[in-house]
Amino acid sequence: MTDYVEWGALARIVVPGLVLGAGLPTLFAVGVRALAGPGSKTDAGRRPPARVAIAAASLAVVVAAIVTAIIIIGTGGH
Amino acid sequence: MRGVTEPVLLVTVVVTALAFDFTNGFHDTGNAMATSIATRALRPKQAVILSAALNMVGAFLSLTVAATIAKGIVDAGVITLNVVLSGLVGGIVWNLVTWVLAIPSSSSHALVGGVVGAALAASGPDGVLWTGLVAKVLIPALAAPLVAIAVSSLGTRLVMRTTKDVSQHDNDRMFRWGQIGSASLVSLAHGTNDAQKSMGIILLALIAGGAVSADSSVPLWVVASCALAMALGTYTGGWRVIRTLGKGLVHLESRQGIAAEASTATVILLSSHFGYSLSTTHVATGSVLGSGVGKKGASVRWSVAGRMFVAWLVTVPAAASVGAACYGLDRLAGPYVVFAFLVVVAGALVAWSRMRPINHKNVNDDWDGDSPAAEVIVESLMSDDSAAPASGSDELTKPVAKEVGAP
Repeated sequence: MTDYVEWGALARIVVPGLVLGAGLPTLFAVGVRALAGPGSKTDAGRRPPARVAIAAASLAVVVAAIVTAIIIIGTGGH
Repeated sequence: MRGVTEPVLLVTVVVTALAFDFTNGFHDTGNAMATSIATRALRPKQAVILSAALNMVGAFLSLTVAATIAKGIVDAGVITLNVVLSGLVGGIVWNLVTWVLAIPSSSSHALVGGVVGAALAASGPDGVLWTGLVAKVLIPALAAPLVAIAVSSLGTRLVMRTTKDVSQHDNDRMFRWGQIGSASLVSLAHGTNDAQKSMGIILLALIAGGAVSADSSVPLWVVASCALAMALGTYTGGWRVIRTLGKGLVHLESRQGIAAEASTATVILLSSHFGYSLSTTHVATGSVLGSGVGKKGASVRWSVAGRMFVAWLVTVPAAASVGAACYGLDRLAGPYVVFAFLVVVAGALVAWSRMRPINHKNVNDDWDGDSPAAEVIVESLMSDDSAAPASGSDELTKPVAKEVGAP
C-alpha cells in the first residue's frame, strides 16, 4: 500500500491544514466577537480600546497569512 | 516556426488546449465563488468578475515551468500531437457533460482521463503508468474531500462557537468580508494551478510539433492566451455547477462560507506547495460538506454528495473512453474529423443546456423549489427526495418557467 498512499504527504497536509485552515477563520471570528460580541460597546456607545486592539491584532495575523500565501504562490513555491 | 512538421495540426491542438482551458475556467468558477454567491456576500455577476480577474492575475503570478499534467501517468514516449488532441477532446467532452448535468467534477481528472485513454488506444496498456495513475489520481481523489471535510468542519465548529453570542446581523455583515477575501485567494490559487496545466499541454504540443526545442520554457504568448481563456471561462460562469455547490449540498450562511473557503484555500495551497496535485473541485466540495457537518443542526444532502462521488470515480474512465474513441477516429479519418466531432458535440451540449437554463438570475433559487433551475438538478441527478413542491420561486424566473414548460 505504501506505493499508493503517500502517508507522509497526507500528514504534511492534514496537520498544518487543520491549524491554518481552521485556525485562521477562528481568529477572524475572535476579531468579530471583539468588535460586535456582548460587552463590545460601553454605555456611551464606544468600544473599549482593549477590544479594538484584540480585533486589530487578530485581523492583522489573518491578513499577514494571506499575504504570505500570495508571496508563496508568486515565488513559485508551490 | 522552423522545423514545424504539421503546422495546421499544431494550431488545431493549441486551439483545442485553449478550449479546454476555457471549460476548466467555467467548470471551476464555483469552487471559489459558489459559497459567496449562495450567502449573497457577492452578487453573482460581481463574483464571476472578481474571480475571472484573479484567475487572470494568478496565471501570470508564477512562471515556473508548467508541470506537464500527464507526467508520471503516461509514458512520455507515446505522446504525439494526435494523442494530445484526442486526450483534450476527451477532457472537454466530459467537462461539458458534467456541466450540463450540474455536477462539480474535476477538470484535471477529465484531462488526465482523456490523455490516458488516448495513450491506451495508441500503444496499449504499456503506455500507461498504472501505479502513477492510482497514486496521483485515484487515492488523492478519495483523500482530498476527506481532508477538506475535516478542516472545514473543525473551522466551522470553532467559528460558530466563538461568535455564538454575536448578533446574526453583525456576523453576516463582518463575515462577508472575510468570505470575499478567502474566496479571492481560492481564485488566485486556481488561476496559478490550473492555467499552468493548459500551458504545460501547449508546451508539450509545441515540442512534439517541433515548434520549440525540448528545453524551451513557456513562451509569453502561451501564458497570456491561457490566462485569457481561463478568465473568459470563469467570467462565463458555470452557473449550473455553482448552484449545485452553493445550494445543493448545504444551506450556507456567511460563517460557514468563510470556514469552507479558508479550508479550500489552505488545503490547495499546502498540497501544491508540497507538490501533490489535488483536485480543486474535490477540495472545494469537501469543504462545503464539512461546513454542514460542523454546524449544529445543519443538514447535509448526502444523497447529492453521494452522486457526486460516483461522478468523480467515473470521470477518469469516462474521459478515457472518449479519448480512446477520438484516437480511433483520428486513425480512421484524421485529426480534423476529431476536431469537427468536438465542435458538433460541444454545440449539441450547449443547445441541450439551453433547454433548462441556469444563469446569474436563477442560480440562487430554492433548491427544492419549482424553479426550472431546481428541475435541472432533480432530473440530472435523478433525485427522488427533492420532489416536494415548495413556494417562493423567484419572480425573475417566472418567464423562464413558462418558456421551459411550453412543448
